[in-house]
Amino acid sequence: MNVLFPATVEAALEALCAEPDAHVMAGGTDLLVRCRAEQNRPETLVCLEKVADLAGFEISDGRIRIGAATSMTAVLENAAVRERLPLLHGAAKVFASPLVRNMATLGGNVCTASPAADMLPPLYALGAEVELRSLSGVRTMPVNDFIVGPGQMALAPGELLSAIIIPIPEGRTIQYFEKVGRRKALAISVVSLAALLRVEDGVIAEARLAWGSVGPMVIRCPEAEALLKGRSLTLGALREAGEKVRDTVSPISDVRASAEYRRQVAANLLLRLAQISGAH
Amino acid sequence: MIISFVLDGEARTLEVDGGARAVDILRESCGVTAPKEGCGTGECGACTVLVDGVPRLSCLMLAAQLDGRAVITAQGLASDGPHPVQEALADLGGVQCGYCTPGIAVTAAEFLERHPDPTREEIREALSGNLCRCTGYHKIVDAVEDAAKRLGSGCGRDE
Repeated sequence: MNVLFPATVEAALEALCAEPDAHVMAGGTDLLVRCRAEQNRPETLVCLEKVADLAGFEISDGRIRIGAATSMTAVLENAAVRERLPLLHGAAKVFASPLVRNMATLGGNVCTASPAADMLPPLYALGAEVELRSLSGVRTMPVNDFIVGPGQMALAPGELLSAIIIPIPEGRTIQYFEKVGRRKALAISVVSLAALLRVEDGVIAEARLAWGSVGPMVIRCPEAEALLKGRSLTLGALREAGEKVRDTVSPISDVRASAEYRRQVAANLLLRLAQISGAH
Repeated sequence: MIISFVLDGEARTLEVDGGARAVDILRESCGVTAPKEGCGTGECGACTVLVDGVPRLSCLMLAAQLDGRAVITAQGLASDGPHPVQEALADLGGVQCGYCTPGIAVTAAEFLERHPDPTREEIREALSGNLCRCTGYHKIVDAVEDAAKRLGSGCGRDE
């Protein structure tokens, strides 16, 4: 296997153009496990760890731009993420273990495109965009358009996920992430919920809800979001929204949990929003 | 490909296959057996080493990624005599079969550099990627707590 360590984004893109079958490696925490398990070693790996331009944070125009190869430890420790995007911070906090967070990257978690990816529900709820670079230019698209199936992305040949761009929510928002797993650290989620509620004068002005691990991709529930909009944040309203969620999610039964359990938990997690906001 | 790195303070240059894993070349080509392979998938932490001072899982790194870096294993941690974390693990019974111990020692040593006065909860979180099937963790947490005192009271290895 040939491992390349480009130092610039351009060099990485040129390597991808020259070797269309090359795999991109960021943290390697998923890729290397998969390569070994499937005995499917790519001929060439383009390792991004030396591309300084792909890591780090930029804040401007009400957005936080996070380089795709930024480590999850850096995401967790970033003050702007902690203060402005508690939803993302909350997910980073329960992401794998500190050792994996030192290696795994935000862009890598997006590109694994797993239905159970911890960072995807928050990015869906926050309305994040992905920035894709190729030798012919840059384009952006919403993260929910980028993920087209389990493990599948709308990535053109020669294109690289270069950054994740997250609008900073305006006004007072309740942001909440919870992951239910078989154990606390290093568990693949059984169900996760990312919720972002904008509450104005006691009334929910906007609700964005995204669930992980209850379908082939991250699922939002527009019916539940619409039901909450315009109402006050009460346990009753959340229970009603939960009923919609049960109908919308399409979980599978697997070694981690049954479909019925996942359906129940997906609805129940909404009730936490009453708990954290003190609503009844 | 040829890689050069510093392993436990000693410069090494060797030829490796591009697909070789760091844990394998550390153990087999370099003869440093402190990093253990448990799960091989990043879940057990037994293979943890410090790479440029950051705890990383050597089973999920390619040898090629070590080029130009400094690697410290639990062996290197003890190059001037046992590190206070290693002493505390031995003194307080935080070691049983010992398979997880090298990974725990390097994870804990680096953690205590950043958090010299940790709570038990912080110690548990810091070690959450290092599994142990023997001790039930209680004595390991005791040991890391004790090592923090040893380091803080100046009876560490710098004395």
